[in-house]
Amino acid sequence: MFEVSQLSQAHDSVPQRNQLQVNNLNVRLGDLVLARDISFQLQPGQVNVILGPNGTGKSTLLKTLFGDIKTVSGEIQYGNNVLSGKSLIEWRTKFGYMPQDIHLDVNMTVIEVVLLGRLDALSMRIETKMLQEALSILKSIGLEHLASRDVRTLSGGQCQMILFAQALMRCPEILMLDEPVSALDLHYQHVLLNHLVTQTKKQNYTTLMVLHDLNLAAQYADNLLILKQGELRAFGSPKELLTSELIHELYHVEADVLTDENGTPFVRTRRPSAA
Amino acid sequence: MLSDVVQQAVEAQRKSEKRRGMIFTSFGALLAAYFILDIMTGPSMIDASSVIYALLEWVGLPFQVDASTQVIVSNLRLPIALMAIFVGGSLGMGGAEMQTLLNNSMASPYTLGMAAAAGFGAALMLYTGSLGIDSNLAVPIGAFVFCMISACFLFALASVRHIGSGQLILAGIALLFLFQSLLSLVQFVSSPELSQQILFWLFGSLSKATWTNLAITATVVMVSLFLLLQDSWKLTALKLGEERAKSLGVNIVKLRLKTLLIVAVMTATVTSFVGIIGFIGIVSPNIAKILVGEDQRFFLPLSFLIGAFLLSTASVLSKVIVPGALFPIGIVTAIIGVPFFFWLIIAKRR
Repeated sequence: MFEVSQLSQAHDSVPQRNQLQVNNLNVRLGDLVLARDISFQLQPGQVNVILGPNGTGKSTLLKTLFGDIKTVSGEIQYGNNVLSGKSLIEWRTKFGYMPQDIHLDVNMTVIEVVLLGRLDALSMRIETKMLQEALSILKSIGLEHLASRDVRTLSGGQCQMILFAQALMRCPEILMLDEPVSALDLHYQHVLLNHLVTQTKKQNYTTLMVLHDLNLAAQYADNLLILKQGELRAFGSPKELLTSELIHELYHVEADVLTDENGTPFVRTRRPSAA
Repeated sequence: MLSDVVQQAVEAQRKSEKRRGMIFTSFGALLAAYFILDIMTGPSMIDASSVIYALLEWVGLPFQVDASTQVIVSNLRLPIALMAIFVGGSLGMGGAEMQTLLNNSMASPYTLGMAAAAGFGAALMLYTGSLGIDSNLAVPIGAFVFCMISACFLFALASVRHIGSGQLILAGIALLFLFQSLLSLVQFVSSPELSQQILFWLFGSLSKATWTNLAITATVVMVSLFLLLQDSWKLTALKLGEERAKSLGVNIVKLRLKTLLIVAVMTATVTSFVGIIGFIGIVSPNIAKILVGEDQRFFLPLSFLIGAFLLSTASVLSKVIVPGALFPIGIVTAIIGVPFFFWLIIAKRR
């Protein structure tokens, strides 16, 4: 048995979406260079993962695409829309953006938090249709039993899943997730990423997320964006890019990159030898 | 099977909305009772049925009470009782929105220096002899203007992109100290009689209520309530944190400015007519939060009702503490507010 919204989605053809284009992006904070001459194009229906060492501008890149950080130069374009200060609020309606912070300290229930994903569509009385929609999203990630719980009683990982549901509730065209699995156990890491990949294909989202786990990235990403000191070091499929050399270059860690039976690379790191 | 879970969750949500609706209704009923009690008490006590009949006659229904009762009820006590409701309500609402905006349960127009600024404006007018205008007009105008000046300073800060709520609170507290010092300065250089007059203004009193200023207050407060409710979902989203609200597409700077403006106009209006009444602004939203949570659809109107209820209670008390005399209500609110306040600090929430 399907929920109403899922059923209708199943019948719809894949929605047509635009590509997200970034040209010669430069971002600076004082003297600190956060992004240097970054250019790339993201196609709808693909999962793109940003990889790179800490403090290399991954979150900054997401924030810049969301219009939260001013650029020094460069252009960000989605279809015919160009990101500018004036149309910022309209630009943001296309995004489901899940920031890194998963702290939720507010006297609200899980379903209310999910509903806020679509706050523009909420009226004084919450329509049953909206409640059902929020619940079907919760159900699709296996959390419908939490719907009436106070969010302050949730664990960090549960909060993270709820905030993922909130991002989906926005019916985005572009989905940006900043370390969406940082607090999740093994089970929910795969629940979240699997759902993300399925929905990205089905809804034709342009998905861009930051991950740290190279193996998860290899399993779920169509493309990797490798960032190094504010520059786009490489852009391509995990198969092409994940090599021992690159891992050493980025993280100064020795690693073997092997291949599983599906041809997906997997990374086994080596403990540094005692100094 | 699946739709059962959905159905249950929808019902649970509706049930919680109904529960919060009931709390709202109960406070409404409680407020109505205190409103009647407020009209009953005074130098001459009037019994409840006479008050109700007088009110019904006053609105044009076929009831009859003797003329002197009718005069006391409708001309003397009704404007004060209504003023208590609107002023208390606006203080509760102002506190609720300040606390939402700054994400701090100790914020209110009072703690951010708006009330102190109004007090300074009023004192300055009294000191300068009202600049030749009728002092009944000049003092409220002075209070309003200075309240708005302090609010403008907060606006300017709030519109700066990188200024967070923490810095806004600090700036507000700095303003509070500034205007309190300026107020002391005016009192210091004033004659003892004038200083006493200023002190009385600062105490806050509902007895300055007339039908005219009541009408102005009621209009401003009701329009503010209406406007704030328009943004209730955005304000609720703000409670998830500014970053998150932004990620949900809320224009934080615009929402902040709009809400601050509404609260400032409301606070300035109320303060200029009744003087400084503290504590209600901090306490009411905190009680409302415990009772109905932070969904603004319930939180905001309930903050209004609780504020109105507390001020009506204070109004009754101010009349009965010293029989035959009117105790300054600004003093009473602090005294009944403090136990609540301690309870809030000590009681473990959630």
